[in-house]
Amino acid sequence: MKELVGKSVQELRALLGGKAVSAREVLAAHRQHIDSVEPELQAFNCLTEDLAARQAARVDKLIADGEVLPPLAGVPIALKDNICVPGYPTTCSSRILESYRPPYQATVAERLQEAGAIFVGKTNLDEFAMGSSTENSGFKPTRNPWNTAMVPGGSSGGSAVAVASGMSVIALGSDTGGSIRQPASFCGVAGMKPTYGRVSRFGLVAFASSLDQIGPLGRCLEDVAITLSVISGHDGKDSTSLSLPVPEYVKELTGDVEGLRIGVISELTGQGMDAEVLESVELAARQLGQLGAGVEEVSLPATRHALAVYYLIATAEASANLARYDGVKYGYRHRQAEDLLSMYRASRQEGFGVEVKRRIMLGTYALSSGYYDAYYKKAQQVRRLIKEEFDRAFARFDLLVCPTSPTVAFEFGARTGDPLQMYLSDIATIPVNLAGLPGISIPCGFGKSGLPIGLQLIGPTLGDAQVLRAAHAFEQATEFHKKRSPVLSAA
Amino acid sequence: MITIRDVEHVAKLARLSLSDEEKQLYTEQLAKILGYFDELQKVDTTGVEPMAHALSLTSVVRDDLVVAPPGSSVVLACAPESENGYFKVPRIGE
Repeated sequence: MKELVGKSVQELRALLGGKAVSAREVLAAHRQHIDSVEPELQAFNCLTEDLAARQAARVDKLIADGEVLPPLAGVPIALKDNICVPGYPTTCSSRILESYRPPYQATVAERLQEAGAIFVGKTNLDEFAMGSSTENSGFKPTRNPWNTAMVPGGSSGGSAVAVASGMSVIALGSDTGGSIRQPASFCGVAGMKPTYGRVSRFGLVAFASSLDQIGPLGRCLEDVAITLSVISGHDGKDSTSLSLPVPEYVKELTGDVEGLRIGVISELTGQGMDAEVLESVELAARQLGQLGAGVEEVSLPATRHALAVYYLIATAEASANLARYDGVKYGYRHRQAEDLLSMYRASRQEGFGVEVKRRIMLGTYALSSGYYDAYYKKAQQVRRLIKEEFDRAFARFDLLVCPTSPTVAFEFGARTGDPLQMYLSDIATIPVNLAGLPGISIPCGFGKSGLPIGLQLIGPTLGDAQVLRAAHAFEQATEFHKKRSPVLSAA
Repeated sequence: MITIRDVEHVAKLARLSLSDEEKQLYTEQLAKILGYFDELQKVDTTGVEPMAHALSLTSVVRDDLVVAPPGSSVVLACAPESENGYFKVPRIGE
């Protein structure tokens, strides 16, 4: 059964369609693998076993009835634990939501179910998706399958680990400032943040609503493209979801980048980036050139301000979004309070972790009387300058590239004492969220320590297909994605 | 420069009852973070319209359809405390 672990979506489809294996067997193989590696990696907050069994039985019935199989039939998927699936907890890895069981289903979960996917479990994250290492989880740290002394990145650390270790074939994460792309980079898998509005956010617990976007992680670009087509599209329950047709992204994976104009962002390929990361990214850019793309440097000076802009806007939005956790409607309540106000304050004080409180404080400060113009409004103005600079760059280029993260995965505890240092891990991914653009991280090399390095490709608004096409062409021309984490290659 | 009194004021606005250690920690950390953010003050934003959103969306309306709501019992089942079909909270005010 072990040989069923580590397969791609299309490989599983061929096996299931040819009745060589059943969806139940695929699920059982993954469960067995989870039993053997999860105790050390700790990627999951909960396993959704009953649901998975029902979903697998449904797929097996489709196969028995000779029906056309939907695009993700029998494919084990892991969902970040800030995406609502009824019947199971949705905790956001926070004490304040530890006992919360959502009475409704996220639109992405609904679409995945219709597409035949099998939900194996809900994955660990930095509390409320605030962090870059999954160390801010209110429950436990998740370990990097390449080297368990290292963090997996974050905030979608559990999802990246599930995919990299083979516990699931694909996963969903959410990305507000790099939370899909950075852990994908640290764990040596592909992870995509689609154009803002491409995927419905209904049922995704809100962090910073103007930046949050759900996206797929996978071990190959084809899996990412198939999953993105399934979850994309307009949803009446999310007024920011775009009412536009959804391409069949997998058909865009032609391998052709001939004539594509690619800009290498000079501000993100110099100071502050590790030499081994820069070296790999430079080689990757050259490789894209050899495949027929035109590669040139481009300067985006306003991106230097992206980190400050992001941490003002994201925390301001978060302070408003997290005001809903008041111990009244759902979630944790402090039981000994004598009046309502003390109950609010004690419930929030005890329910939220240190980073979440830090960000609520920062955001509340930036929005408070007397500071609004100097911080929040100023950040929104500079956000526009960043967006306009991207718009100008995309008049000259089809895609932009840079590293996903300045470093490879770091050790536990290395940055927890200095929040600003931790925030700097997101310096290359944040500008993309501010401008609402599609971005992907794909493996492009390995550092001296053997840890994966990620290349980020950024497209213009709704240029998701060209991002995927170039990423796939690079993947097909290189071997990086074939190297598996030790726990998966041993499976 | 942010002081411990600012932190206490903001904690009150944010409905957080911070411990003394947290007040001290956040005073230091917020000062450092906000100090880094001060670089924004040097950016010339004269006449730049603040950007709230990456999409230039106008008001979106959906069809006015009747859908089945989950029902109050489902919603109240999530509450820490409820009584007679209502959310129950501790005493409000004096």
